Amino acid sequence: MAKNKLFARVNAWLDDETGGLERVMEAAQEQAAAPDIEELTPAEKRWAQEELEEERRIEAAMNDWTEKKGKPFVKALYNVLCVAVCVTMIALLLYTVTTLPHFGDPNHPINNEVSARYIEKGLQETGAVNIVTGMILDYRAFDTLGESSVLFTAAMVVLFLLRKDKNSARHSQLAQAMDLNPHSDTYYEPKNDIILQKTATILVPVVLLLGVYVVLNGHLSPGGGFSGGAIMGAGLILYVTAFGFAQMRKFFTYKLYQRIVLAALLTYAISKCYSFYTGANHIHSIIPLGTPGAILSSGLILVLNICVGFIVTCTMYCFYAVFRKGEL
Amino acid sequence: MEFVQNFPFFCILLTLITAVITSVIGRRKAIYLTSLLITAVTAMTVCVLVYVLRTGESYAYMMGHFPAPWGNEIRVGVMEALMMTVFCFVMLFSFIGGMLPSIREIESTKYNIYCILVDLLLLALQALVYTNDLFTAYVFIEINTLAAAGLVMMRQKGRNLVAGVRYMMMNLIGSSLFLFGIVILYTITGHLLMVNIRQSVAALAATGEYKIPLTIVVAMVTVGLALKSALYPFEKWLPGAYSNATPSVAAMLSSLVSKGYIFLLIKFYVRVIGFDVICNMGILDILFILGMLGMIVGSVSAVRAKTTRLMIAYSSVAQIGYIFTAIGLRSEIGIICALWHSAAHAATKSMLFISCAEMDDACGGTHLRKHLKGAFYHSPLLALAFSLGAINLVGVPLLSVFMTKITLVQAAIDVGGRHMGLVLIAVAISTLLNAVYFLGTTVNLFTPTKEGDEVLRPTVRKNPFTSVALVGMIVLNLAMGLLSQPILSALAEGLKNFA
Repeated sequence: MAKNKLFARVNAWLDDETGGLERVMEAAQEQAAAPDIEELTPAEKRWAQEELEEERRIEAAMNDWTEKKGKPFVKALYNVLCVAVCVTMIALLLYTVTTLPHFGDPNHPINNEVSARYIEKGLQETGAVNIVTGMILDYRAFDTLGESSVLFTAAMVVLFLLRKDKNSARHSQLAQAMDLNPHSDTYYEPKNDIILQKTATILVPVVLLLGVYVVLNGHLSPGGGFSGGAIMGAGLILYVTAFGFAQMRKFFTYKLYQRIVLAALLTYAISKCYSFYTGANHIHSIIPLGTPGAILSSGLILVLNICVGFIVTCTMYCFYAVFRKGEL
Repeated sequence: MEFVQNFPFFCILLTLITAVITSVIGRRKAIYLTSLLITAVTAMTVCVLVYVLRTGESYAYMMGHFPAPWGNEIRVGVMEALMMTVFCFVMLFSFIGGMLPSIREIESTKYNIYCILVDLLLLALQALVYTNDLFTAYVFIEINTLAAAGLVMMRQKGRNLVAGVRYMMMNLIGSSLFLFGIVILYTITGHLLMVNIRQSVAALAATGEYKIPLTIVVAMVTVGLALKSALYPFEKWLPGAYSNATPSVAAMLSSLVSKGYIFLLIKFYVRVIGFDVICNMGILDILFILGMLGMIVGSVSAVRAKTTRLMIAYSSVAQIGYIFTAIGLRSEIGIICALWHSAAHAATKSMLFISCAEMDDACGGTHLRKHLKGAFYHSPLLALAFSLGAINLVGVPLLSVFMTKITLVQAAIDVGGRHMGLVLIAVAISTLLNAVYFLGTTVNLFTPTKEGDEVLRPTVRKNPFTSVALVGMIVLNLAMGLLSQPILSALAEGLKNFA
């Protein structure tokens, strides 16, 4: 019997139904929310009372046992297992690497007809001088469309979890918790720091221009939508750190963010719709490749680079703003 | 090229475009648009299924202007179209069936994000089922993981947040193992297209070159995908995520997300590495043992579970165990059985989650199983749907899971030896435990309450969405049960073209 009980306790403790973290979080949330007052029949009242007492008793017993014996033992076991698993994994991977073909070996399996065509015919077939851009935005454009959707998915999840919505009756719980904390991140935020502002005044235009250059020249020189977008996103973040969100909101709002992402992803998806459809059905595509090396060349790649650039910029800034403030 | 061959590509792009548009519209429009999208995708998938059944062959579809090893490619055959059809129907009914609870539980101004994540889940599922390229598979695994983790956290209660974070971490480990696997595989074969990898791997296996990296690749991809589909020792994230999410999400996670990964794993074994190479590696024996352990451990946990939803969640662990046991049998019938069970379990489990959540709600918003006593008398449809799902999972003749058990045992007898005995014992124990927890609950539903019973007053809400969806699900389940022979023979035909 005693053994059975012990087993039950360990199980209950390990299962998340009685886990401590959830309980604390739920309790905090329930305190914040106004309790629903409903009329209860005597049977229900008695029941609720009994359940509460039972729960308290179990919790007290469990906490006692946990603190004295359970925690130290499981912690030690956990540490040992962690180290063992990691060391095994590292050893295994290192050993595997030694058995792989050598880097730079001319007989390396990756030197096959696939990469040969990318290198030899890439310029002719995609019109892009930068072969990497030709690969990711023309040969394997479907994968890149997927990657842009990954950014979109991540942005949506983060916006759902963290954005404070003024129109909503109940604010998002996490956002509320951020508000309630008097010493949150905003407390240490630099306010009207003159050095930062002057530096930003000089740097931000240059950074943004560099980003635009990297995006627009993606098919001609190293760069492209992802790297250029990251640079522009960094520029926006520098600007907002120096001048604050109020200043930023004069030209960059949640609505603008939504519209940019909508337009960029729709352009990407629809133009690729056309190109995939004509490609798969062997219909001649009307999109000209242009003269290689000119800025207006390489068909859809330039357009797609701009779309990807916008998506990456907006997503980077959105992550920063939402994690900092809970709003754009 | 016939026009209908374009449909899978249309579905994928249409889903993405709808998801993007949904980000700027309100709740009601988002619901309409998403329902419309899932219906359209279902209709197109049925057309594709009819087409591939008629031709009996699979076809490759170029995604772009360049043929396969250079460009991206999707491939559609009987197997893909059949699984996708079932998945689409399940998605449609799950989305509609859990509509009202999700509206109650999700913040209204952010409801459209819920719809977006559902769309993205559908997008990722289609891409995983159709793709013929390993890297495309990885990209859409990422979307699947992010969207699913977001959906788990939709209710924003403490339990959901913790379950969501746990889900996210376990799944990220799975994704990164899969990515490492692809990288090493690319290094030793030089290809990402599945068919080309298979040729290279066959050559490598014949010469015995790169034996160690190849084994590591198979192990990593297997562990990664098993982690994501909750095979027994990796199932710790599952109960929390499934039992706390809104009913629609629980239904989709249990029946679609994990099944997408299992389908990908089977594709990896059969199309990428080659099943004969896998059979010589011994990794299937491990899957076989773990699958059987999962069958028993999952069922035992389900018996011990205190709430109905937790019980159903643990029963998923047992059912995943069936699938992996079938894969571990090293025979073609085993693979067919695994695919069939993925579809059968998807149809059944979603019905159980939707009906059980509504029934809990009707019985006074409580989760204790004893409160469900006599639920049939105030919400008959819910109780009927739940009972159908329950007796199906126990394995009653004429229903779908019965066919799984028969096929599994048949495959084990064909293999013979130790496998046969172990499978027979495991199936017997698991069926017995299934009967204990599912039949107990079902009988409880039909027991009338007496005077003096401590049962909360039922509060039955009008819910036409759930009723419609449950009728659809009941029809789907009965149809799968009655049509099991033709579907199984179609799967057997499809497996020939699948590799």
